[in-house]
Amino acid sequence: MPELSIDGQPFRFAQGTTVAAALMSSGDRCSRTSVSGQRRAPLCGMGICQECRVNIDGLRRLACQTICREGMRVETH
Amino acid sequence: MSQHVDLLIIGAGPAGMAAGLAAAPSGVSIAILDDNPLPGGQIWRDGPQAQLPDQATHMRAQLQHHANIQLHSASKVVALAGRKKLLLEDAERGWVLSYDKLILCTGARELLLPFPGWTLPGVTGAGGLQALIKGGLPVSGERIVIAGSGPLLLASAATAKKNGANVVRIAEQAALSAVGGFATGLWQWPNKAIQAVTLASSAYRTSAHVLEALGSDRLEAVRMKIGSRVEEIPCDRLACGFSLVPNTEIGKALGCEIRDRAIAVNEWQASSLADHYAAGECTGFGGSELALVEGRIAALAAIGKEDEARKLWPERQRWQRFADRLNQAFALDPALKKLAKADTLVCRCEDVPYAELADHDSWNTAKLNTRCGMGACQGRICATAAQTLFGWELPHLRPPFSPARIATLVCLDEAGPVE
Repeated sequence: MPELSIDGQPFRFAQGTTVAAALMSSGDRCSRTSVSGQRRAPLCGMGICQECRVNIDGLRRLACQTICREGMRVETH
Repeated sequence: MSQHVDLLIIGAGPAGMAAGLAAAPSGVSIAILDDNPLPGGQIWRDGPQAQLPDQATHMRAQLQHHANIQLHSASKVVALAGRKKLLLEDAERGWVLSYDKLILCTGARELLLPFPGWTLPGVTGAGGLQALIKGGLPVSGERIVIAGSGPLLLASAATAKKNGANVVRIAEQAALSAVGGFATGLWQWPNKAIQAVTLASSAYRTSAHVLEALGSDRLEAVRMKIGSRVEEIPCDRLACGFSLVPNTEIGKALGCEIRDRAIAVNEWQASSLADHYAAGECTGFGGSELALVEGRIAALAAIGKEDEARKLWPERQRWQRFADRLNQAFALDPALKKLAKADTLVCRCEDVPYAELADHDSWNTAKLNTRCGMGACQGRICATAAQTLFGWELPHLRPPFSPARIATLVCLDEAGPVE
């Protein structure tokens, strides 16, 4: 199974899995911390709400519109 | 870097794919733009836990066969870049694309309404959960409550069940009389009647809606109103969506007339703006069958084949009648406007609570005073909710339409002055 890292932790995924699905199955299952300090997780699943915005290989991307690739480095906020 | 096409289609769901395939035999150059990694839109979303209908697989394969169709997946519209020019961005680059004709097939999103606890991890949209499951989210053994309104609740429940979840409750806000009346009329659309029977569930309740999502760091239970009773249901996930809202932002920014929350079109699927057409859910909620025929009509009209387009009018009318009945049956209960408490966040990007918004009389004054709608989603969630809660007009989206890289915005310079 291919592998990527989420906040430095290795995560194995099935081909075609979105980064949002990966985030919701690992660590605290969240994607970001809101401006008032709440942890948030993916909400709309279709590129609208921006709750799943994360850093992927140095670029800000929407996890729900990004497919997992071998060696990706995903960082939550 | 810039590029020109005869026909640009924004959105690769059923309407956009049908439009591209209907226009392709004429030989015009076509670009289809879509912000998801794969074509299919929301209804035909692919993924490790998705099962696509044959029609979707077939249409996707056909798109590859036409050399005059370029499919730009994972690409989004960032800004207008002049007359019939748009600034676009994908994962690697920004570029300007100019076009002669445009068909907007931007689909719809879920109406998400605020209620206490809706920001807790474990709460998603109803279609949202379905999309996440198709994308590989494991839900096996989880207790899931699905709530909100419309046939999407049943479709979402079916996907969750198929992937091993225990769907403990499906709460439809509409009354049994409305839903039942709709269901008994389904014989006129046999494939829809079959779908309805397939999706039926003993967990389904009508006149039922969420009151509060409970939990400290994560969802633990849902408090619901079912008829006149209040029920507390322990669960791992709550998937809640109150039907759909057309994605009109790009159409509105271009100057297309918006009517009843949707892009207004005539019998040719033409918008109020010359050479700009619209098809599918962005012109009003109607399902994939209506979207397919509208996409074909728009494309045929755009390439000057009005006679062929006209032949499709009766089919469109048939699915439009279905859509009208659907929208009538699932009209929202006004009680849903009262779910948010004073401290319930409405704007999830800037964490603005209900009480701070309720004092204002328009979206603009609320925005200027509270920062609501000024975050990354540009008000797509909170302004849409505020429209339902307070009756405020939806704002004009200002560019960039979604977060973009500086390097992309620099491309605007190369495109020349924006009119």
